[in-house]
Amino acid sequence: MRQIATEKIIQAVKEAVIAANYELDEDLLAALARGEREEESPAGREIFRQLLENARIAREERIPLCQDCGLAVIFAELGQEAHIVGGDFEAALQEGVRQGYGEGYLRKSLCHPLTRKNTGDNTPAVIHTEIVPGDRLKLTVVPKGGGSENMSKLFMLKPAEGLPGIKERVVATVAEAGPNPCPPIIVGVGIGGNFERSAFLAKKALLRRIADTHPDPEVAALERELLTSVNHLGIGPGGLGGRLTALAVKVLMQPCHIASLPLAVNLQCHASRHKEVVL
Amino acid sequence: MSRTVHLRPPLTDELVRDLVMGDQVLVSGVIYTARDAAHRLLVELWEKRQELPVDLHGQILYYVGPSPARPGRVIGAAGPTTSSRMDRYTPTLLKLGLKAMIGKGKRSPEVIEALKVHTAVYLGATGGAGALISKCIKAAEVVAFPELGPEAVHRLVVEDLPTIVINDCHGGDLYEAGRRKYARETGTRP
Repeated sequence: MRQIATEKIIQAVKEAVIAANYELDEDLLAALARGEREEESPAGREIFRQLLENARIAREERIPLCQDCGLAVIFAELGQEAHIVGGDFEAALQEGVRQGYGEGYLRKSLCHPLTRKNTGDNTPAVIHTEIVPGDRLKLTVVPKGGGSENMSKLFMLKPAEGLPGIKERVVATVAEAGPNPCPPIIVGVGIGGNFERSAFLAKKALLRRIADTHPDPEVAALERELLTSVNHLGIGPGGLGGRLTALAVKVLMQPCHIASLPLAVNLQCHASRHKEVVL
Repeated sequence: MSRTVHLRPPLTDELVRDLVMGDQVLVSGVIYTARDAAHRLLVELWEKRQELPVDLHGQILYYVGPSPARPGRVIGAAGPTTSSRMDRYTPTLLKLGLKAMIGKGKRSPEVIEALKVHTAVYLGATGGAGALISKCIKAAEVVAFPELGPEAVHRLVVEDLPTIVINDCHGGDLYEAGRRKYARETGTRP
């Protein structure tokens, strides 16, 4: 059985946390560059220009992209043929986060929910582990900002509300959020499952590349329609008015109970930071 | 693109009245930082009739909780945080002479009304441009509530910090106006 040492996991998480906070990936940079070309509003184009400049400064001068260095969400896909050695798996993920936020000069943004006392090291991270075929460990580290997370919503719709109900809620969520979640945003939509599964799907949808197309043509069409509707709101980059309120709408869907139609809408600011590593 | 204005505190009513929504404003000079926790403490001091650690007359507050500075650097990333969390405290601070705020996102109707009453202005900085804005900050020191860490009140010296007038003292609201200008009919009801 293939062995993966917790030491390696700690190192990988630490490096991923830091990289995600300093470097935007090519997929997102391309979307921002396209935005600067295509946005009709002059104030909106200026926002895109600032965001591209911000990404350059962050990368070259080692200043985090955003002072909100996020709550670390980790999607772990652990191959069932792999064996973790040298300590506790989840403790290793948390230790990687602790070291990354410390050594990377990243803001520690986690606190006790009631006393509001800071935990001091940005732990605990939120961890989603799935057991998958194979002998590898894939880790996707997502520092998620509070501003966009705060504007996210979950609905338990009546099945009779169907697709029109889903569309209406997604657009209403973005409309209500307005300038707050730092547009241009990415909209993650989770449909189906149950209460917590829909939220998980919405978050996971945000990991998809902006440029990709959903393999199911019906879902792909829904994504296109939702993107058009959201961009008709006119909120625009920075909320200053414009055509590009969202860069993408990404949907993940799975079957649900015959009595239910769960819908989660997770908003992601333009600083869509994620870093994937495979061990 | 609308006009560009250079602004340096202390601000007078006359300077504030001249600003209208959509103006690009480059802020230079001394500004102060505060987030929710510092706002709460400032308002508590005022309610107890104690002296505030910072004289807010004519000043600008910037809603920011910066990331830690690397050794030898002034500050880390320092973009704006969501302003609405400060809304419940803002009318009190405006009464105390505060003239401008820099943040991101919508303000409450109470704050927008208070801007008219007290001749003050709300400036938007680009959310998520923390590295870019960091470069405009030339000096930073903690002047109150050091126990709050990144939420402590900092005195910043800034140079050409890029902002835009969102809510002016005449009732102008760029978020509303901008959205109306670019909104289109959609099959999906918002």
